[in-house]
Amino acid sequence: MASKIKLNKDHINKIELDQLDRKERFTLFGLTVPYLALVLGLIVIPVGWLFYMSFIGRDETLSLENYERIWNSKAYFRIFKTTFQISILTTLICVLLGYPLTYFMSQLSNRWANICMIGVLIPFWTSLLVRTYAWLVLLQKKGLVNSLAIDWGLWSEPIKFVHNMSGTLIGMVHIMLPFLILPLYANMRTIDKDCLKAAANLGATPTRAFWTVFFPLSLPGLLAGLLIVFVLCLGFYVTPALLGGGKVIMAAMKISDNIELYFSWGAASALGVVLLVVTMIILFIASKLVSFDQLGNRS
Amino acid sequence: MGILNNTVSETQIKLKDRIWLYFIALIILFLLVVPSLIVIPMSFSESQYLEFPPKNYSTRWYENYFFSIDWLQATWTSVKVGVLTIFLATPLGIMAAYGLVNSNARLRSILFPIMISPMMVPVILVAIGLFYFYVQFGMVNSILGLVLGHSLIAMPLVLIIVLSALNNYDMNQEKVARSLGASRLRAFFEITLPQIKFSIISASLISFLTSFDEVIISLFVSGGDNSTITRSMFLALRDQIDPTIAAISTILIIISSVFLILTQTFGSKKD
Repeated sequence: MASKIKLNKDHINKIELDQLDRKERFTLFGLTVPYLALVLGLIVIPVGWLFYMSFIGRDETLSLENYERIWNSKAYFRIFKTTFQISILTTLICVLLGYPLTYFMSQLSNRWANICMIGVLIPFWTSLLVRTYAWLVLLQKKGLVNSLAIDWGLWSEPIKFVHNMSGTLIGMVHIMLPFLILPLYANMRTIDKDCLKAAANLGATPTRAFWTVFFPLSLPGLLAGLLIVFVLCLGFYVTPALLGGGKVIMAAMKISDNIELYFSWGAASALGVVLLVVTMIILFIASKLVSFDQLGNRS
Repeated sequence: MGILNNTVSETQIKLKDRIWLYFIALIILFLLVVPSLIVIPMSFSESQYLEFPPKNYSTRWYENYFFSIDWLQATWTSVKVGVLTIFLATPLGIMAAYGLVNSNARLRSILFPIMISPMMVPVILVAIGLFYFYVQFGMVNSILGLVLGHSLIAMPLVLIIVLSALNNYDMNQEKVARSLGASRLRAFFEITLPQIKFSIISASLISFLTSFDEVIISLFVSGGDNSTITRSMFLALRDQIDPTIAAISTILIIISSVFLILTQTFGSKKD
């Protein structure tokens, strides 16, 4: 490139340099074009089209019919209730299980923490279907959980865990837990341990030091993880469909049913738009709290 | 009792006062790891009913799998789509990451959210959107349709990994190469690429696995001869609990573990 720059008597030709600069920036932007084109063509346009479809009624004209039906129908109300109920419960249980484990890991030496991390990453990397299947097998009436519990005298009659709410919850917590742990762990590792030393030095008991120093510092990570889990739960399909056995209907399953069984694109799109809007609002809040770079990074 | 009185935290907590935390953490870790692994012994069971521990061992479910044309074809489709996804998602992700790193901050802050949008839109919406789109162009049940769909969700992961590698890399090295007469392209391939190669390898491994494990898009846009293994598994699971699935699950666990080990090895090498 340097050879292309012409020297104009004493000073370098500014116009020429600017042109080169523009050309270079244009080329660099060009590198992102194939990626952007794919996202635009396969996400923005199709989702935009769904948006449009949601405003088309049965008589092929513009109307709010689909949204009115969602607003007025008891069935849709139940679906939203189930979706939020399961998402909130899953998130809550994930926090209760994930926080102590992550805290424990953050206190270990690097070597032991990495070993524990493998325990978090194994399920994270194992196919969703495999894990759902495992729970289907474990939780069935004659499954391992029931037979062990009866052997140990925890309960006497086999409890039905699959094809209902409890099975769905167990499966979903298992799948979502790593999504909470990973951002939380990244956050806890950055907490300066000297702050805790200082608290102890100033006379705080370990419990007090934890609640007034460590816990507030870990909140950004906890919030990030919690919001990711919640958002993923809202749109979750596979596990509730298999472990819920048709009795636990969440929004994503209703969308799929509307299309596969009733070919009702309008209803499916309207529900999809509601789901998308709720997701976007939560993600917007999340983006204000934490940077997105740490999300989704599997390794 | 020496070890129990060791202090284990900055706030001078003794190990014996914190045994409960170790206990809880280990139980949770156990619950995370063991349930998925339980399908391995079960896949070797003789019985139709999934009992644990199995009374008699056999490999009949593996035979079922390896002699079933449908399952093998589905596996082949998944592998094919996964490999093609690597070749589409990785280069596009690297190009976009390179473009982003070298562009100004304002453009970056506009483009980045758009680029990771496939991760944020619920997959079910992406799937039905793609399904509608493919119907218009006759791309339903095609390999191309699957590869495009899977690349869409793999690209943000590639982007994030390569972006973080490039952020830790000193771009001035390229300037040095170019001032010595190398073209930008040559500077990238000879100076930058060798230094971020491990990130690129783990990004491509992740692309493959993302595609290979993907269920929902496959469920909507694949079918017939081009049905993926996840689609066939999902449909089989909805109907009954066939122990053949345990055999397939075991194979999938092995594949994922190999990928996990590979990415951990490449990921821990500093670019």
